[in-house]
Amino acid sequence: MDLKEKLAASFLAFENKVSVDTDSNVHDIRSNAFDHFEQHGFPTKKDEDWKYTSLNSILKHNYNVLPETEADVEFAAVKKFFLHEIDSYKIIFIDGVYSSFLSETSHDGYDICLLSAAFKKPKYKMVIDHYFDTLASNKSSITSLNTAFSKEGAYINIPKNTVVPKPIQIIHFSTGSEAEILLQPRNLLVVGENSHVQIIERHQSLSSNVVLTNSVTEIFANKNAIIDYYKVQNDEKTASLIDNTYVQQQQHSHVSVNTFSFGGNLTRNNLEFFQEGEHIDSTLNGITIIGEKQLVDNHTLVMHKYPNCESHELYKGIYFDKATGVFNGKVIVEKEAQKTNAFQQNNNILIDDGATINAKPQLEIFADDVKCSHGCTIGQLDTDALFYLRSRGIPKKEANGLLLYAFANDALDKIKIPELKTRITKLIAKKLGVDLGFDL
Amino acid sequence: MLEIKNLHAKIEDKEILKGINLNVKAGEVHAIMGPNGSGKSTFASVIAGREDYVVNEGNIFLNNEDLDELAPEERAHKGIFMSFQYPVEIPGVTVTNFIKTAINETRKANGHEELPAKDMLKKIRETAQLLDIDRKFLSRSLNTGFSGGEKKRNEIFQMAMLEPKLAILDETDSGLDIDALKVVANGVNKLKSQDNAVIIITHYQRLLEYIVPDFVHVLHDGKIVKSGGPELALELEEKGYDWLK
Repeated sequence: MDLKEKLAASFLAFENKVSVDTDSNVHDIRSNAFDHFEQHGFPTKKDEDWKYTSLNSILKHNYNVLPETEADVEFAAVKKFFLHEIDSYKIIFIDGVYSSFLSETSHDGYDICLLSAAFKKPKYKMVIDHYFDTLASNKSSITSLNTAFSKEGAYINIPKNTVVPKPIQIIHFSTGSEAEILLQPRNLLVVGENSHVQIIERHQSLSSNVVLTNSVTEIFANKNAIIDYYKVQNDEKTASLIDNTYVQQQQHSHVSVNTFSFGGNLTRNNLEFFQEGEHIDSTLNGITIIGEKQLVDNHTLVMHKYPNCESHELYKGIYFDKATGVFNGKVIVEKEAQKTNAFQQNNNILIDDGATINAKPQLEIFADDVKCSHGCTIGQLDTDALFYLRSRGIPKKEANGLLLYAFANDALDKIKIPELKTRITKLIAKKLGVDLGFDL
Repeated sequence: MLEIKNLHAKIEDKEILKGINLNVKAGEVHAIMGPNGSGKSTFASVIAGREDYVVNEGNIFLNNEDLDELAPEERAHKGIFMSFQYPVEIPGVTVTNFIKTAINETRKANGHEELPAKDMLKKIRETAQLLDIDRKFLSRSLNTGFSGGEKKRNEIFQMAMLEPKLAILDETDSGLDIDALKVVANGVNKLKSQDNAVIIITHYQRLLEYIVPDFVHVLHDGKIVKSGGPELALELEEKGYDWLK
């Protein structure tokens, strides 16, 4: 039985079990989503969007697709995966199950809690009806697969005129209680008018057992809302992640999504922005540093539909050994979207001969009064710069590290939480194998 | 201190240095002048150990040690400093952090402990003061968005911090207005002592009005074709290089 057949068999059991808790609307959404997945199946390299990334090797495992074991995790054992230097809200899952012990949620002025709770309780029905799966619906077969099995994840609803005073950390741990596990977290984030929130998201395996995470996050930014979202991807080499994040923005809202991909087996980020008003600002930043046979694939879409909006996209990649990078950045400027200012930049450095990058900027512009720029570079380290550093007494290895750090720096500059910036900087130094010799 | 014997160097089969002999003693200032393409910058880079160049004949000795097999950083650890014509921008690394790294790497290589943070800060402060450098400058990213003058001043700052035995200034005067030139020259003069030596590589005579050399050498087609005292620089200014060819 291949994975698709197994999922089909499991779906009925899953629906029977969870449908009692959820309202019929969600039930229908799940059923339709499963039909969509069954029709299209897992993507293959024949699909234009998956040309450079094959899922074959990660789909052949015998995943437990409906894990139910409740594993315990000591805080001390996982503390390092938290940004613990600052106070924060926490929504923590262990093998797909909510951990109240590690979490710190809130219903005080805003809801920072669980999707399972939002599905059950009548007071959330309006939000669920209004938002759930409205953005992700039929986007791709793999997103539909997540929708079909959606039951748990973060549910964040911030009413209007609210600044959430501390960041929210969403962490999905997998403990290795199953030899091979498929996790499908589903997050919903709704931010009201004039409100502001910061999110840090992480998927972390705690063993070397095989994990496949197929995550879907829907983000809704209402008028004037500000959302800063950080994705920290630095997982075990047996953990793969398909992250599907959809952002819908209303007028004057600012949303930034920062993706730091430093590890894991296969990481695919589908990140899509839909602008639904004027004077919107969308920011997409990414830093990828990988080696060995790792693969990171960033597929982004920015849809400009209204006039006077901006998008800023900057992805940097450093590839060692036999690592593979993919960047596909699509920007669509529709006919009505005059005065659009769309900027896209993708810079890559290949360190070793065996490393590969497949980069594809894709601009489709149907309006005539716009400013759109894009640039894509693939290069090696600058030998002039290297000689400069070495001539000051800095050994080759450290000089290389400093230059790579400098290369990634402008994407790092966008992090608005200082403690997170320090953490990411240290991670980068570690990935580059250098002691930079000072605290950054 | 520096002894160069019959130095030949090439890049990708193109011979650029064709037999240079030069002796520089501690306490001396030497100027290497010459037209574009004469090999001046190559000469500086070869002494500093740039690996794109191949030394196919001859030797460079620093205090009687042959530098032939040494990497650029190893030469730096032994006291060679080269100021660049086009210093490289390193965003995200401040001037202070960069110089700390450079000094501590050099100390480590020479078997010393890292300089305690307190002493490092003191040294940075004193050097900045000596060279009339604004403290704010030190927390900016290295050379990033610096003007031409700021870049050159930063080179002199690094030189002062690293206290080299031999400093090679490669076209340090290019692109500088007269005020910036004076600042750079003042810095060099303040750091000059009986224990170190300076080689100034320049196309024009004007920097030599402020840093007076003991010897002037004219480089042409990869060879030193004439040597003399400071008066040679004036003669070159007047007559150009053509009469020496």
